[in-house]
Amino acid sequence: MTTTHTVSGPTAVATSSLPNAWRIEVHRLRAGDDPEGGHALAAFREAGWKGLAEVRTARGFLLPAECTRAVVESAVREILADPVLDRAQVYAPGEAPLAIDGVRRMLVARKSGVMDPVAQTIARALLRSKIWPGHGEPHVTTFRVFQLRGEAQALDTKLMRELGSKLVGNETIEDVLVASEALPYALPKPSPRHGVVHVKLRGASDETLLTTSREGSLSLNLVEMKAVQAHYDALQRDPTIAELETIAQTWSEHCKHKTFTSKVEFEGRTIDNLLKQTIKAATVELNKPWCVSVFHDNAGIIEFDAGFDVCMKVETHNHPSAIDPYGGAGTGVGGVIRDILGVGLGAKPIANTDAFFVGPLDLPQAELPKGCMHPRRILNGVVAGVRDYGNRMGIPTIAGGVWSHPDYVGNPLVYAGTVGIMPHWAATKSVQPGDKIVVVGGRTGRDGIHGATFSSVELTETSEIESSAAVQIGDAITEKRVLDLIVRARDARLYRGITDCGAGGLSSAVGEMGAECGAEVHLETVPLKYPGLSPEEIWISEAQERMVLAVPDESLSSLLDACKLEDVEATVIGDFTNSGRLVLRWHGEVQADLDLHFLHEGTPKPVRKARFDAPRHTDPGVPAAKDQRATLLAMLASTDIASKEWIVRQYDHEVQGQSVLKPMTGVHRDAPSDASVIKPLAQSIKGLAIGCGASPHYGRLDPGAMAETVIDEALRNVVAVGGDPDRTAILDNFSWGNCNHEDRMGSLVLASEGCYRAAIAYGTPFISGKDSLNNEFKVGERTIAIPPTLLISALSIVPDVTKVVASDWVCAGSTLYVVGETKQHFGGSHYYLLNKLEGGSVPRPDLQQAPQLMRALHRAIQAGSVRSCHDLSEGGLAVAAAESAFGGCLGATLSLQRVPHQLASDSKADRDTTLLYSESPTRFLVEVAPEHCAAFEQHLQGFPCSAVGSTRAEGTLEFVGTSGATLSSIDIEDLRRAHQSGYRG
Amino acid sequence: MAHAKRSLVLRTAGINCDAETVRALERAGSQVELVHLHSLLDQPALLDGASLVVIPGGFSYGDDVSSGRIFGLELRHGLLQHLTRFVDGGGHVLGVCNGFQVLVESGLFEREPGAASVPARSIALTNNLSARFECRWVHLKGEACAATWIEPGVTFPVPMAHGEGRFVALDEATLQRLEARGQIALRYVRADGSPATDTHDNPNGSSGAIAGICDPTGRVFGLMPHPERNLDAWNHPEWTRLRARGARRTSGEGQRFWDRLVAVLPVPV
Repeated sequence: MTTTHTVSGPTAVATSSLPNAWRIEVHRLRAGDDPEGGHALAAFREAGWKGLAEVRTARGFLLPAECTRAVVESAVREILADPVLDRAQVYAPGEAPLAIDGVRRMLVARKSGVMDPVAQTIARALLRSKIWPGHGEPHVTTFRVFQLRGEAQALDTKLMRELGSKLVGNETIEDVLVASEALPYALPKPSPRHGVVHVKLRGASDETLLTTSREGSLSLNLVEMKAVQAHYDALQRDPTIAELETIAQTWSEHCKHKTFTSKVEFEGRTIDNLLKQTIKAATVELNKPWCVSVFHDNAGIIEFDAGFDVCMKVETHNHPSAIDPYGGAGTGVGGVIRDILGVGLGAKPIANTDAFFVGPLDLPQAELPKGCMHPRRILNGVVAGVRDYGNRMGIPTIAGGVWSHPDYVGNPLVYAGTVGIMPHWAATKSVQPGDKIVVVGGRTGRDGIHGATFSSVELTETSEIESSAAVQIGDAITEKRVLDLIVRARDARLYRGITDCGAGGLSSAVGEMGAECGAEVHLETVPLKYPGLSPEEIWISEAQERMVLAVPDESLSSLLDACKLEDVEATVIGDFTNSGRLVLRWHGEVQADLDLHFLHEGTPKPVRKARFDAPRHTDPGVPAAKDQRATLLAMLASTDIASKEWIVRQYDHEVQGQSVLKPMTGVHRDAPSDASVIKPLAQSIKGLAIGCGASPHYGRLDPGAMAETVIDEALRNVVAVGGDPDRTAILDNFSWGNCNHEDRMGSLVLASEGCYRAAIAYGTPFISGKDSLNNEFKVGERTIAIPPTLLISALSIVPDVTKVVASDWVCAGSTLYVVGETKQHFGGSHYYLLNKLEGGSVPRPDLQQAPQLMRALHRAIQAGSVRSCHDLSEGGLAVAAAESAFGGCLGATLSLQRVPHQLASDSKADRDTTLLYSESPTRFLVEVAPEHCAAFEQHLQGFPCSAVGSTRAEGTLEFVGTSGATLSSIDIEDLRRAHQSGYRG
Repeated sequence: MAHAKRSLVLRTAGINCDAETVRALERAGSQVELVHLHSLLDQPALLDGASLVVIPGGFSYGDDVSSGRIFGLELRHGLLQHLTRFVDGGGHVLGVCNGFQVLVESGLFEREPGAASVPARSIALTNNLSARFECRWVHLKGEACAATWIEPGVTFPVPMAHGEGRFVALDEATLQRLEARGQIALRYVRADGSPATDTHDNPNGSSGAIAGICDPTGRVFGLMPHPERNLDAWNHPEWTRLRARGARRTSGEGQRFWDRLVAVLPVPV
């Protein structure tokens, strides 16, 4: 369908407000080729905008005014417009775009200085193809045009501005123009030039110190400011602004984990260093010979096979994602990938994971707290961010999850993980005095200033506006170039050390690499996106896609050649020295001269008080489900359990061609896998199972039990598909509320101690972790803390990928076993959530039995005795059986009478309901061929394990209660429909 | 020793299916060199002695502006004469997924054999009807076409992963011309080989359910799905079910695509 346009002359705008540039607008000929327009219309309508008939979009570009018309037309023909699909309109500088009767325009453009990867690509292509005859790249910007048609009163300027900036633009990074054609085109204004600026700390009062910290966005507390003051008192001078910024970045919670490593007084005990005495202690005590590098580098590394190691890192990117879900999640992915590129001498990323924790997806708009984005918009944004970054990087996103809780509404959590593979010799790095400091990859701009310190404070309703500078925009293709460079330069051994520019930018990267020797940096040599950055802005900018290398003189020219081939910008910015000092110069002038020992070891160690107040609930027991069918269908449709296929399909989870078990399985590929499996080396039959566990609903009730159960969940997910529990490493990611509050700190202590107990019991070392400890959101006077959230990721070696099993039933006539014991574990369960009940016992594994049971099950899978296996988790046996049934398009009758359990006779607990929905850990539903039953039972001898039914071709799932009566009999197509009835993007 | 059939696999910023493409070709018996596009632009003589040039999948240059647009521009501006000489001399060019988008952008499918230039483009690959990137498995069926190594009537499973794979032609005459010249090579079909009728089976809503085309010589070939991701028995999404039901599969169904392509490559003299 072609829309006809009645053109009524140029838009009435002041010519003086038009950007001094050629303007090109590219429209789709057919509405069907313009999905963005359809998306925008749907979003506007969903927000209650009435009277809109159509939204069409166009892509816009601004090119330098000095271009000739021929150059512009060539750019349009060769790059900007498609000859089959598009119609382009070209306006000379000073020419206003045409107005169309009945159509209102809305323009969305990146604010000046905000990263615009598309514009960069065009500028580069114009130069390389010589369409642009100049020497350097031309200045190009892009914008989006929304043309709205509808009833005249619906197209109200105020409404357009309001809904436009809420739904299609993001005012943190974009200008939304209505009734204006004044697109930004100029470069950002330069920062005021200055010489060396000292910040007066000597003699400052406590109050002044705090003001200095707050006004400089330093996020340093009084004790820390006083430590800085004392250090400079002794030196008899004041710190320079660059020195103070460096200290603030290095000492930030984000970089230093001050809380987790602090001394804690908890219920009469003193814990000297929480992290060291729990998480790290477990790894030290387990002392596994296959742990290659743990905790001290950018990721944990374990042995794999055939001379290769594998590594993993999981990061949080919570605060940036709250403000800009798309950019925040994308740069979260980009950041964790750089951790893998920067571990040892660099690893090749082979898989990504993601986990999101959001507010209720069905939250009515009226209940949305001021300053928050709707959880749906957040989820859509973060999914798109992970998709666009991960897919462009060519790394399959293969595992993750979505969890929902009302208290994530103002502070969503976004976790991103990356797995990498590297030759064993590349697991260690060094830095030698005399090595060149080389920065490779993206240019430095004013983006992401104070990200590290920003992530260490709580969000408020105005964070969105105040923190725009902290937002970073990713450019995946620049990072892909860096990836291509690193793996090749590594194998050619062209550098000795490497790390990524993450939080704190160059200040953290160079500061860390030079910690043992010293470094001198010439800040004016750092390549910039635009001129006018001050030296300290350059130093702490968190512009993305940058890595820092330590390059010996003799390989510098080879490295620069390799960078040139890959089109990666590489610049020598200084030298590593043996001075023990970090020296920053700006055109020769010393901007900072810091003692590295003070920088890294001078952080004052506070003592924190902690307590835990267990919530008081009376035990509600387990009331019988009134309608078993309705209960199971409702559970399948709840956010945590419902199908995530709409997310999984948007991720390229098969790139690199190593897929053995995909995130979705089954005849219609719509049943969830417990974990994904990849086979990363052509020369090895071994695989990697990657899974995760999280249960935020357990955390407030019993943080210790939650930690043990979440570790059990992560392990049973990888064991269920064929991972070896004795060759499994785990990673911890804590997201907590503000741990200056004693109760938050107390639950952190309990969860950490749970982690220690479980890691020791299962023999699974922690190899890496990260914490984000300020996840609170302030609305007016009320502060909402997130529920304590622990994400455990498991990286497990699969001895032989041909033995892998999936979670869906594969044959009729198989015997179904329930392995593991059911107890009355309903605290935080989905059955309680559904029935709005509180209290109860949080699931907790039997740490004596569970590790042995997992080993026995693993041996049975390795022996080929198992056809399929699904772990029991959220929603218990009922949900697991439903997923396996509709996945395999097979039915079954399961007898609850035969389910192994340890239930007291309790009048308050309905036995059938308990057996169906209890969330006791360490349980599996296993499908076994009749001819393998004897062997399977042999493997599981001594463990709770019994046959509870068998599969059949006829597609109904039937549960028979302990009394022998049928509780429910549900068509598997109804189960499938319920599972797919949740939010789908 | 007989000369090996040499394949060049091109990579540049954003190409990301190069490793599995190299693996597929090596398993099919080709000698393979992974070459950066910039190296080939600097030294087009690298084409000498090669039988096949492959542009793998990915997001070349971020797919900024449009999928394959900038890579296609680089081919037209920097390599067109060399590539047309290569094809006219018997060489093969294959584009998979993003590589297919690049080849469409390059104009090579619409070139008259022997011509030194390419005409204005009349075909395009654009956004899926779902308006989303989708990664899932589909079925392809071979057509009787100019690419003789494609098996007419044979259906095989293959994964796809793209957001802009909908094949469109400028007009009906373009489609008829492609058909008449044997340029329609692969169509999306249902698992049983019958015609796809909806976006479940024709995943992006391509005109005529077209998944792959070739030029009139059959030597320039492109397809959206990824046969290089189905080389091993355990790549198939239902392999554990097939195993339990006694299927004997020693490799993935995608390997045959590469084996048959390499088999028809000319041996360089």
